[in-house]
Amino acid sequence: MPKLPGLVKGLGVTMGTLVRTVKDGANTVQYPHAKESPPVRARGVIALREDNCTACMLCARSCPDWCIYIEAHKQLAPPRRAGGKPRQVNHLDRFDIDYALCMYCGICVEVCPFDALFWSPEYEYSEPRIADLLHDKTKLGEWMETVPEAPDLEAGAEKKK
Amino acid sequence: MIQQFAVEIPYWGQSLLRVVGGLVAVLLPAGTIVYLFLFKMMSFMQSRLGPMEAGPFGSMQLFAEVGKWLQKEDIIPENADARIYKIAPIIVLVSTFLLVVVIPFGPDAWFTNFSAGVFYALAIGSVSVIGILVAGWSSANKYSLLGGLRAAGQLIAYELPMVLAVVGVVIQAGSMNLQDIVMAQNTGEIFGWSGIGFPFVLTQFVGFLIFMIAVQAELTQAPFDMPIAESELVSGYMTEYSGFRFLMFFIGEFATAGVFALIASVLFLGGWGIPFSWFGWESIDQVDNWMNIAGPLIMFTKMMVLTGIIMWVRFSYPRFREDQLQRFAWKALIPLSLANIAVTAIVKVVV
Repeated sequence: MPKLPGLVKGLGVTMGTLVRTVKDGANTVQYPHAKESPPVRARGVIALREDNCTACMLCARSCPDWCIYIEAHKQLAPPRRAGGKPRQVNHLDRFDIDYALCMYCGICVEVCPFDALFWSPEYEYSEPRIADLLHDKTKLGEWMETVPEAPDLEAGAEKKK
Repeated sequence: MIQQFAVEIPYWGQSLLRVVGGLVAVLLPAGTIVYLFLFKMMSFMQSRLGPMEAGPFGSMQLFAEVGKWLQKEDIIPENADARIYKIAPIIVLVSTFLLVVVIPFGPDAWFTNFSAGVFYALAIGSVSVIGILVAGWSSANKYSLLGGLRAAGQLIAYELPMVLAVVGVVIQAGSMNLQDIVMAQNTGEIFGWSGIGFPFVLTQFVGFLIFMIAVQAELTQAPFDMPIAESELVSGYMTEYSGFRFLMFFIGEFATAGVFALIASVLFLGGWGIPFSWFGWESIDQVDNWMNIAGPLIMFTKMMVLTGIIMWVRFSYPRFREDQLQRFAWKALIPLSLANIAVTAIVKVVV
């Protein structure tokens, strides 16, 4: 077959896309009516599992934007074993992420040694007031519901202890 | 044949009819082109749906846009030459309205039956250059000025091949009257066979191609959109315009696309007519009255096909560079159209 000139080929590409869009529908989604489901590991919003947080401050210190605010106080918790000494734990008073500053780099999630921070693909949390983008620990805790299950490990991968 | 109507229309009535008809002939194609091609075809070619909210399938989107533009403030830059700045879009739009005047839509459905029709159409078609140049210059903005100058250079360069391409048709039809050109195509016969008349696109195919390319450039549609190149000149000569004056430029752009497509269909595709042999008509006086209704519809169909092609090319091709654009006009199109004229003239004399 002789080679088609590029100009004709170009017209063919656009017309082909038109026919495909008419036949199979567009690649886009009519947003408010239909929602695109982002990929499982999409960086939508950061969720907090409060029980796991020890207020170690690693996330706050590693945040390039300084958008994580943590305040905690020490208190005594009941001993693990019967007859033991009461433990001293950090109790979280405040854990805020300011999404007006956050740049979604995910370093906080990476650096957290206790699995307290998770990525959620949820993306609808815009606010008319910029101050409302500061999510406190209750709100960050609510995002936990939207965090997807961790994907299965690859076959042969070493299980984390 | 106006007398064939049951009621005698008074002069003011005829004038009113013509004004309304002119508005319809300019605005209806413009609206249809914008919705069907600019909103929908372009979106589909990019695998998206385009406007869907306003009306069924977004069909009311254009009214929403017009409403939006009408609300906007009419900003005039402080250093602009205010009076000329205000007039410029009117010049562009008026040239479009003047252009539609000579186009015949049926045996009696014309605005003026003007014996130098083609000449007038091409002359008026280039008036919009003045509007564009003036718009660019009076805006007191360097992007506008550059855009205006580019537009002027481009429109003048492409005016020539357009005129020369039309000369071939004029030679073949033996008339500059658009109505006569339509007649010549619909009463013509190909080697004694008059089944499809004789649309000039068959013999003047080179002329047709040159004409369509020149129209593309005249309308500053991509790939010839150097004057409004949005990535370098913001929006060229339209940069400073807002609100209703921008709307006038916008309507002007697409209405002119429609009108040029109408002219192209008259010149090359047989205009409003259907081959006269189908109904045994010999001349324009024998054409039935219903052609005054069918003619505009036929014209509209042909116009949609041609503007569809113009828009298809627009959405497919990347932009020419300024020097490529000028070289293409002066070194390729003009010699080609001159050769086309020479060949047409020789064949006309020989046959």
